[in-house]
Amino acid sequence: MAIIAVQSARSSNGMSLRMKLQRVERRHKFKAFVLVLPLVLFVLITFVFPIGRMMFSAIHDDTLLTLMPRTTAALSAWDGKDLPDERAYAALAEDLKQAWAHKTTGVIAKRVNYELAGAGSQVTSSARKLSTLSAGPYKAALIEINPLWGQHDVWSLLNRGRSAYTAYYLLRSVDYQYGPDSQIVASPPQYSVFRDVFLRTLGISIGVTAATLLLGFPVAYLLATLPPQTSNLLMIMVVVPFWISALARTTAWVVLLQEHGVVNDVLMALHVISQPAELVYNRVGTVLAMTHIQLPFTLLPIYSVMKTISPNYVRAARSLGAGPFYAFWKVYFPQTLPGVAAGCLLSFILCLGYYLTPALVGGANDQMVSYFVAHYTNEDLNWGMASALGAILLTATLLLYYIYNRLVGVDQLKMG
Amino acid sequence: MARHMYASPVEKGWYYLHRLFCGVVLLYLIAPILAIIPLSFNSVPFFTYPMSGWSLRWYEEFFLTDRWQGALYNSILVAVSATLLSTALGTLAALGLSRPTFPWRTAVMGLLISPMIVPGIITAVAVYFFYADIGLLNSYTGLIVAHTTLATPFVVIAVTATLAGFDHSLTRAAAGLGAPPITVFFKVILPLILPGMIAGSLFAFLTSFDEVIVALFIASAEQRTLPRVMFSGIREQINPTIIAGATVLTLFSVVVLAVVELLRRRSERLRGIRDT
Repeated sequence: MAIIAVQSARSSNGMSLRMKLQRVERRHKFKAFVLVLPLVLFVLITFVFPIGRMMFSAIHDDTLLTLMPRTTAALSAWDGKDLPDERAYAALAEDLKQAWAHKTTGVIAKRVNYELAGAGSQVTSSARKLSTLSAGPYKAALIEINPLWGQHDVWSLLNRGRSAYTAYYLLRSVDYQYGPDSQIVASPPQYSVFRDVFLRTLGISIGVTAATLLLGFPVAYLLATLPPQTSNLLMIMVVVPFWISALARTTAWVVLLQEHGVVNDVLMALHVISQPAELVYNRVGTVLAMTHIQLPFTLLPIYSVMKTISPNYVRAARSLGAGPFYAFWKVYFPQTLPGVAAGCLLSFILCLGYYLTPALVGGANDQMVSYFVAHYTNEDLNWGMASALGAILLTATLLLYYIYNRLVGVDQLKMG
Repeated sequence: MARHMYASPVEKGWYYLHRLFCGVVLLYLIAPILAIIPLSFNSVPFFTYPMSGWSLRWYEEFFLTDRWQGALYNSILVAVSATLLSTALGTLAALGLSRPTFPWRTAVMGLLISPMIVPGIITAVAVYFFYADIGLLNSYTGLIVAHTTLATPFVVIAVTATLAGFDHSLTRAAAGLGAPPITVFFKVILPLILPGMIAGSLFAFLTSFDEVIVALFIASAEQRTLPRVMFSGIREQINPTIIAGATVLTLFSVVVLAVVELLRRRSERLRGIRDT
């Protein structure tokens, strides 16, 4: 149609030709976009928006602002040095009484408890006792009811509640927290777990990626150099596991690695070990099962790059006097690097988010970031922490995904 | 490191070592999957060889008890619905994306593929929070929609790949001969992209059928899917029925893959004939 437009326009003037062409092109673009629009909208609503909302709740928490409106308003006049004055205490008493009446004390107590461990129950008991207290002055009465209210850190916490945005969850995720004067301090050792979790996640991911590369590279080389008949046959052994449910394969590992499972039986029959080794519910099982699942992800990109390398280069190097290893290392290997980078990066990205396999095959000390995201969502019901850990994991994943996209192109993602 | 007549002994040694190493790795890939299949036919609930006898009792439990039957039914219902939805949405999008005039192709493709890359737990938790807000938790609709999101990238990739070699002059020829766009789609485009669509929808089906993390978070016992029941089973106490379930999932994947491969060969053959 573009050609027709050009020919008919040539007979009139040049200006209308350009305009007509532009109009045709715009129409084409619009038509193409309309086809994609339903899916784009669907993905935006059911996927991007929920994830955005989760990221938002990592920094957004208006519990104190909405449930203790008087206190947070009264604290705007507080200089933050000494204890606040009677006005703030009166507001606090009013808020706690109302919370008690509306049965929202538990929510406030939980929120306070996140940042001041053990203070939650004191908030609840204060509210209960306050409900019988009719008139002020409240400052002395509240400190009398519970010494918590004479402490500076609880007031700092309430003061921070004036803003609906908090960095608390993100700070906790990297083992920092707010000190008594709202300054940022390192968390006490018994609460500093997340740096270990992130390091462990990185460590397991790097280990598994390295293992898949070591195991996958030679196999990819074999598959790329064998005649097509044989290599297609062997390829099935790589592609079929790739598509078998990760759950089914994890199940297989749980069964095989048990104390009286097949692997232990075989090792004992071969006299490699004299008594059953602990292979499951620990790091060994986790890495073994994860490597098994990730191997095809690393192998296949390397294979597809190796397929494109002409054997003539190595032949030329050999005929010019290079030894077999020198020729392989200096001529062949550098050409495989794009595939190695793509495969390893993809495997690493996928490893970072593993949940299923460590949860089923790993022990308590093998759980990665994902496990804690699930734990805070389902068991602790601390959605702020779940969101903050999730946000960090997601940011890392997306950054790597961006690099992958620039390096390889997302179009190159293949399904075996 | 290929073997030649004039290869030195060291090279020959490396050659055989390489072969041996590859054999071990391929065994590592395939053996665990094969090793558990016979165990699902064990007559006693143990997980070791030699087996004391053969029986189908675990399959009877898998196919005949309410707990597993309901899960199988739910899995199929959700997977079929998610497949239909994702095939429709994904094919349309792939058709648009493959047009040479499409703007911001890389960015849009990146967006559409992202459900494949984002860790499962992030999707699950995000969708859980979202559904808690809008009241879709513990519903079939919610589960189907979430699975559709996860499955569409596979359809998009498969159909886009089929369209990569698509000759756009065919549609122009049909239009030039007077066919309205709908006729062009059904008579010209659809037959050519059908293998890609079927492959994509099969992968979409597998994705939903095997999905466990999202189902764990957003579904209740009523919408329990097969992988979900298996997951909680492994967490409590692994039993041979779970292995029977894993075997069924495995066989299912193999059948789907075989169908996809046959389709691919057929379409290659058809294209080969067209070329000559």
